[in-house]
Amino acid sequence: MLPLPPATFHILMSVADEDRHGYAIIQDVAARTDGELKLSAGTLYRSIQRMLDQGLIAEARTRPAPALDDERRRYYSITALGVAVARAEMRRLTQLIRLAKARGLTPETA
Amino acid sequence: MMRFYRMLLYFYPVSFRAEYGRELCAAFEREHGGRHGVGALTTFVAALGDVVPNAFAVHWDILRQDLRYMLRAIRQAPGFAITAVLVVALGVGANTAAFSVADFVLIRPLPFPHPERLVKLWETTPGYDQMELSPGNYRDWKADAKSFAAMGAYTTTAVNLTGTGEPQRLQTAPVTSDLFAVLGVRPLIGRWFNAADTVAAQSVILSYDLWQTQFGGDTRVLGQHVELDGTSNTVIGVMPPEFRFPTRDVALWTPLAFSDSALIERTDNYLEVVGRLRDGATLDGARAELSVIATRLRHDFPTENEGTGSYLNALRDDLSARSRLLLLALCGAALCILLLACANLANLLLARAVSREREIAVRAALGAGRERLVRQLVTESIVLALVGGVVGLAVAGVAVPGLARLVPDDLPIGQAPTLDLRVLLFAAVTIAITGLGFGIVPALRAGGARGLAGLRDGARAGGGRRQRTRGILVAIEVMASVVLLVSSGLLVRAMWRLQSVQTGFVADSVITLRTALPMPRYATAQAREPFFTRVLSDIRSLPGVTSAAYVSGLPMVMKGGVWGVALKGRAVIRDRSNSASLRFITPQYFTTLRIPIREGRDVSETDRTGRPYVAVVSESFAKRFWPNEDPIGKRFDAALHEREVVGVVGDVRVRGLEQQSEPQLYIPYLQADSGVLTYYTPKDLVIRTASSPAVLLPRIRQIIRAADPSQPISNVQTMQEVVASQTASRMGQLRVLGILAAIALLLAAVGIHGLLSFTVSRRTQEIGVRVALGAHSGQIMTMVVREGLLLCLAGVVPGLAIAYIAGRGMQALLVGVQPSDPIALGVAVGATCLTALLGCARPALRAARVDPSEALRAE
Repeated sequence: MLPLPPATFHILMSVADEDRHGYAIIQDVAARTDGELKLSAGTLYRSIQRMLDQGLIAEARTRPAPALDDERRRYYSITALGVAVARAEMRRLTQLIRLAKARGLTPETA
Repeated sequence: MMRFYRMLLYFYPVSFRAEYGRELCAAFEREHGGRHGVGALTTFVAALGDVVPNAFAVHWDILRQDLRYMLRAIRQAPGFAITAVLVVALGVGANTAAFSVADFVLIRPLPFPHPERLVKLWETTPGYDQMELSPGNYRDWKADAKSFAAMGAYTTTAVNLTGTGEPQRLQTAPVTSDLFAVLGVRPLIGRWFNAADTVAAQSVILSYDLWQTQFGGDTRVLGQHVELDGTSNTVIGVMPPEFRFPTRDVALWTPLAFSDSALIERTDNYLEVVGRLRDGATLDGARAELSVIATRLRHDFPTENEGTGSYLNALRDDLSARSRLLLLALCGAALCILLLACANLANLLLARAVSREREIAVRAALGAGRERLVRQLVTESIVLALVGGVVGLAVAGVAVPGLARLVPDDLPIGQAPTLDLRVLLFAAVTIAITGLGFGIVPALRAGGARGLAGLRDGARAGGGRRQRTRGILVAIEVMASVVLLVSSGLLVRAMWRLQSVQTGFVADSVITLRTALPMPRYATAQAREPFFTRVLSDIRSLPGVTSAAYVSGLPMVMKGGVWGVALKGRAVIRDRSNSASLRFITPQYFTTLRIPIREGRDVSETDRTGRPYVAVVSESFAKRFWPNEDPIGKRFDAALHEREVVGVVGDVRVRGLEQQSEPQLYIPYLQADSGVLTYYTPKDLVIRTASSPAVLLPRIRQIIRAADPSQPISNVQTMQEVVASQTASRMGQLRVLGILAAIALLLAAVGIHGLLSFTVSRRTQEIGVRVALGAHSGQIMTMVVREGLLLCLAGVVPGLAIAYIAGRGMQALLVGVQPSDPIALGVAVGATCLTALLGCARPALRAARVDPSEALRAE
């Protein structure tokens, strides 16, 4: 499954701490990246469908209090496999960065 | 804006839309809702850019999933997939191959500019529907008819090409210069004939093939001189490779001119005429105009043009009805196979859907939407159809060259059809029909509500309606195979009838070859005599040779060459019944071909000019002119002299096995006038010998080279090959039909077997109950077999009806065999029933072996 497509990784991060519904994921990703990554609805739900098939996320069994709930929304939570895959991806990326640094590459300073 | 976005969502698969459509809309509305003007436009573009690639990706994901799933299923049960692919391949292959030939011969435009305006012109004379034109009538038709932009004439002959290595005999078409305007094809290099060439008659245009093989494709060939029949001709042009006019074997074109005397004589019909219709002129208009002209010419020349009319046809359609029928029968057979393949495939898919009912029901219960399941099945059908189609194309690719012999020789097209874009397009349509049409319906049915009832049902009943559908499909398979079997049977019977036709001669152990003597060098009988005498006496003295002779043309090879016969004092009636097939022969011709001499004598070396003009006639000739009289000593006019009958011989099938021949007239070769009737100069050598051609030929070549070193030898064949060539195209067609019929029978048997096995396994419990209640195994078997035979009968009856109609359509090919021929019908029905019984055998045995206690415990 690795390397993970960026959208997938972001969605995993977004549902890592709490269950979220689709639009909440879009907003969360945008907030965490300071608006740099705005997932489109199409990309989001396509990724969600594939991640459901792959077992990285699951539809959450528990729903928020009825007052906060919207009938048509579905909430997603990360699965054990999702956590494992996210970790593996992190390892891969960390390794990559270490290798790059060892060669004397540094990110541009703003 | 939202409405537009909702429409865009239709790009997504149904399952995805159902699952996420509302949320997608909600997200989109929050993000972009309520924008107007320029903002709306960017939103518009953004939405499009978002939906289209994502929808594509979703489709792709599902496709990959389905394919993976399918591969797994195939690996578990490869039989189904292999059968399905083979069935599709067969249907597509047979039809693509048949279409490629039919398209090539019957449909595709001829390789000339605006080919739809090209027409072929014929005279009609009493007894002949399509007679070549006489030069006089050609000139007048051409001058008077206004419907034509151009009209040109040609004929075909052969010349000896010498001086470029081994002497060669080449097919040649003398053509009028205006033929160029008719056909509109430019020479590849050089130029076409002009009026001056026609007068000088010393130029020649080469075919591309001849240019390549004899002149190495060298452009300096222009202006070079070549020896044709001993006279020098200048090469003025080379035609492009696709120019094959009038037929593909023509290697040279020479100018054709008419002498003044030829234009006066209107009964020497040898010109083939093609015309190009003027803009706006119609075929019917041209027909009417020509008919008026022909009527006027009949008035102006009442003797010569007696009973002469006109006949006009599109050049594309100037093809013998027989060739057309041979091909149409092939197409019909291919369609039968397609029908069979479709029925078989549908049956396979239905059976598979039923056997997967539980699996599908389980998946549905686990939450897979109905649409996803149908989509899965449709994907499978498409993939099977595509794979089958590709295999089918390969089958067609292999089969098409084998069908080349069904391409008639008398068209200006090449020998072999190829698999080109048109044919591939046709194949794609066939694949779509077979694979998709017949694949999707079972998929939809399987995925339908009834299919999903599988779990509830205990999956036993199988569903009465589906069972009936499968029964109908099997009946269709039987029907198609009966049609094919009967048609093939009828054609086999026709073939037998033809092969049993008495040719009138004995073909075994006769070798023939052609030495066509060039004119004007051999224009007189005196000039030819030394050549014939020397060659014949040398060949007769070869070991193993019994006899040898020369003739103007072999029976079945030279079919025309007829002459009107007149009895003393009576005018010549230009009627088929009064025409005789005219041949000049040397002594021993009858002995060599074992044509029996019924009365009188053979021609002899002493029948020369200066001696009484004599002739040998066939029995039908004698009967036609002197019924109930002794023909010996009778006199008649033919071939420019009054002649006396000195011998009567048996009749020979001059025009071949399928056509009636004129009565025959044989004249001694030394009683030919100088310089006239050179068309009838003896050229075919027949040799009766016990030796094989391979042994004898080198010696014969030596003998001919010794007699005239510049004389080419051509058309070497045995007389048996000549007779066999009469039925060669039929053989080709029959072989194809036979193979198709066998395949059809096999498929039908597989269909019956499949359906019965299925029924038996579904009815195991019921059978168990019957056995428990005291039914014998014999009764059980009868029950199964009866069901199989009923299926078979349901196909045989309509099959026979269709076969009868098909047989009526092919009547022209059947040489008198009736479409209701009891032997052909009986064998076909018998074979079908027998195959059906074989298909029943295994299921019946299995049913008989059902153990009631186990069957009842099963569920």
